[in-house]
Amino acid sequence: MAGTNGNGEAVKQSPAQPKKYTAKDFASDQDVRWCPGCGDYSVLAQVQRILPDLDVPKEKQIFISGIGCSSRFPYYMNAYGVHGIHGRAPAIASGVKSANPDLTVWVATGDGDALSIGGNHFIHAMRRNIGLKILMFNNRIYGLTKGQYSPTSELGKKSKSSPFGSIDYPFNPVQLSLGAEGTFVARSMDRDPKHLQQVLLRAGKHDGTAFVEIFQNCNVFNDGAYLLYTEKETRSDNVLFIEHGKPLVFGKDNDKGIKLEGFTPKVVSLKDGKHSISDLLVYDETAYELAVLVATFGDRPGFPVPIGVFFQIHRESYEKMMTDQIEAVTKKRGNGDLDKLLKSGNTWVVTAN
Amino acid sequence: MSKTIETVDDVVIRFAGDSGDGMQLTGTQFTNTTALVGNDLSTLPDYPAEIRAPAGTLFGVSSFQLRFSSWDILTPGDQPDVLVAMNPAALKVHLKDLKKSGLILANTDSFDDKNLALAGFPENPLVDDSLHEYQVIEVPITKLTLNALQGIGLSQKEMVRCKNFFALGLMYWMYSRPMEPTESWIKQKFGSEPKIAEANDKALKAGYYYGESTEVFASRFEVKPAQLNPGLYRNITGNEATALGVVAAAKKAGIPLFYASYPITPASDILHNLSGYKNYGVKTFQAEDEIAAAGVAVGAAYAGNLAVTGTSGPGAALKSETISLGVMLELPLVIVDVQRGGPSTGLPTKTEQSDLLFVMYGRDGEAPAPVIAAATPADCFHMAYEAARIAVKYMTPVYLLTDGYLGNGSEPWLVPDSKDLPAIPVTFRTDPENFHPYARNENNVRPWALPGTPGLEHRIGGLEKANITGNVSYDPDNHDFMVHLRAEKVAGIAKDIPLQEVYGEQNGELLVVSWGGTFGAVRSTVDKMRKKGYKLSHAHLRYLNPFPRNLGEILKSFEKIFVPEINLGQLAQLLRSEYLIDVVQFNKVRGLPLRSMELEQAIVKTLEANPAQGKRS
Ligand code: SF4
Repeated sequence: MAGTNGNGEAVKQSPAQPKKYTAKDFASDQDVRWCPGCGDYSVLAQVQRILPDLDVPKEKQIFISGIGCSSRFPYYMNAYGVHGIHGRAPAIASGVKSANPDLTVWVATGDGDALSIGGNHFIHAMRRNIGLKILMFNNRIYGLTKGQYSPTSELGKKSKSSPFGSIDYPFNPVQLSLGAEGTFVARSMDRDPKHLQQVLLRAGKHDGTAFVEIFQNCNVFNDGAYLLYTEKETRSDNVLFIEHGKPLVFGKDNDKGIKLEGFTPKVVSLKDGKHSISDLLVYDETAYELAVLVATFGDRPGFPVPIGVFFQIHRESYEKMMTDQIEAVTKKRGNGDLDKLLKSGNTWVVTAN
Repeated sequence: MSKTIETVDDVVIRFAGDSGDGMQLTGTQFTNTTALVGNDLSTLPDYPAEIRAPAGTLFGVSSFQLRFSSWDILTPGDQPDVLVAMNPAALKVHLKDLKKSGLILANTDSFDDKNLALAGFPENPLVDDSLHEYQVIEVPITKLTLNALQGIGLSQKEMVRCKNFFALGLMYWMYSRPMEPTESWIKQKFGSEPKIAEANDKALKAGYYYGESTEVFASRFEVKPAQLNPGLYRNITGNEATALGVVAAAKKAGIPLFYASYPITPASDILHNLSGYKNYGVKTFQAEDEIAAAGVAVGAAYAGNLAVTGTSGPGAALKSETISLGVMLELPLVIVDVQRGGPSTGLPTKTEQSDLLFVMYGRDGEAPAPVIAAATPADCFHMAYEAARIAVKYMTPVYLLTDGYLGNGSEPWLVPDSKDLPAIPVTFRTDPENFHPYARNENNVRPWALPGTPGLEHRIGGLEKANITGNVSYDPDNHDFMVHLRAEKVAGIAKDIPLQEVYGEQNGELLVVSWGGTFGAVRSTVDKMRKKGYKLSHAHLRYLNPFPRNLGEILKSFEKIFVPEINLGQLAQLLRSEYLIDVVQFNKVRGLPLRSMELEQAIVKTLEANPAQGKRS
């Protein structure tokens, strides 16, 4: 806050107080080169919009990416950025974050980059719970290499490299990250800016690894992959917005819900007089088993695809434990003295004669 | 009874037994004690890739060779004078190396039918006279150990496991070494298991007094301390020295050390050592794979740490793409390759020099990177330090080549004072005025600008970039310019490294040119031959890319260039292509250090060959 000193002169803002940014402050001077109409534009806009609300100075924000359309992201952000190599963004980002935990480290990646060539780094970043915010733009296709099926393409997908249909079963990224011990797992859509902003903001504030799968339309190689979920007419019957503490309701006029029979989820009508809201499953984003179950909905016939924050818990982050361990050992052993270290072990003195 | 003490100058002992017999420990203890006595020494541990290979088998034999001397020595020796054979397999595997008339100390208890059969001896060699060329001392080590430990309250199996200390005690007696250093080590190591501590201590003493009291030994030996330069010494392995070298460099540079690595033989000890140095501000990151380790290191470098990643051949291959990124990003990074026998898994516990061309050229695109190599275990300290200095000064990935022999082998190291180490100045860019990520100084080096610095927000990446601004550029001429610029930057480091030294005459008929871990074998051979009157000189390279700027002149001052390597001629190829001269190759790829005798024979042959023969032109 600006104030005045005793002489009535304006006093500069204290540097400790980050200046209030606007979305524009985070736009770089580079021309954005995605295809017109690509879903990536929306993701870029929503990220730029929420960053001011994180209250982290611009110089402490860093975006790291791999290879693919989505991985051009860092060039368009007025922040620090590294455009890395295919699949390795989580590794590079882990180095940055553990070397300087003070930075807010984002990873921009795609379904091929994160789940195929970079699958190992992706799951291990989650397991470590290192403070990265991984935004995975899932367009279910390889865009930059011009249209081969990806590890999230549906079975039977016809693409440049699968003219007779792919015979690869896809990953469910939410399930994968839950299995990999993720402590913040969410899904949103390029065409739902408000929802995307909310999820991004929560990811931005999460301590530990945050994973956000973003349904992103590639209008050149896989146009309409998510039409069912993004178009007004079909959306409400096909999308389940999950919210902590709220019953699982969806459908036009909220006329449907999901309840549990034993371990089996069932879609029920709230109109047929047999079920009411109180029969429905109430979502709890801290309940791991529930998150794992709900994550399967999208793959069950007749079920809506769930969108929202599936899971969030607090667990000590990797970088925190790394710093704490160094502090604890230093406290115990004292600040390391280089000469003492060099001269430790089995030593002996040879005297001149 | 009193025994005569004979003074000798130079002894090579090889301890050999099953991989479960504790031979590495026995050898290390003998080494540490010998260092404290003041001898110069050199060691060669050799162990199988399997952790516990089936007992009694030939491939399960583990050995530790140690040479100690009252003069300056450079190698662990070709041929042992003494072979301690804990079982028949150990005898079988190592007998061929033993000096004729050398001494065999055999644990007779293990020479039973089963072990003899496993070792492939049709008859017991201890009784069939096949060892008549050697002095054989038969000691029932297992039985004597058990006798000494009766009533101590340990199981038979636990007591048998103490037999290596009996052997150690016996060798201490034989070579007049004090027992105290090992006694106190036992106390420290087994402090929480007092019974085991007592048993090992007793076995050690039993071995020692057995030597004194039995009739078997007529005399014992003494090796007087070596005349080393005055100062504080420490016995150190190459991997320990590498770890200390990068810690020292980070301290001198005033930045934190960040070591990212994936476990791999024989480089893991660097990670083990560094992970214990937390109070020196050292961060270690055990990554999920080799690629991640390199990526993490690149990230840590970007964030301003002294980033180091260590590996061996197969891991170096996996890291390669990321190192190319490091070249493109122009970030400082040290990659330690502790070379081992290849290709593929090859001989993971053995030594080799076969990654030289790989680290020179094994990257996509035109991706030049400096390459330096350590000459001895202790030299790993200095070269690791040097790798760090070059990396941060020139903002480039730097390869440090060591090898399994250097990494695991040890020698006395004259410990430097930290104040005498060269300065490693580091400046981070902070001024936003006129900042460009790829602006360059007089050495073509770009600024190190850390994320977190206000006003310097910028993007870097693997795409080709315009010089100065760092903006992505697909311009053909810019790419051509940048490819040349990156190469020139690395080539320019030649003016910042020491001139090549030549040992012996500065010109003449024959120059032996070696690099890396063969230093000891080559230098001692050259020395020996010069004493015999042969005319030859030696240049040992520690800088391989760029080469020292006077190397071309030196090579032209000799009629013949002889290049011995533990590969198929990788340095030879580099010399030929760089200087358009021919060289005579000597290549032995046995997974072991070069042997002095073989080297000498090959050099003599080269000297005797008619002058034209060494040249192709
Ligand atoms: S190819 Fe697809 S994902 Fe890539 S920029 Fe174009 S529309 Fe977007």
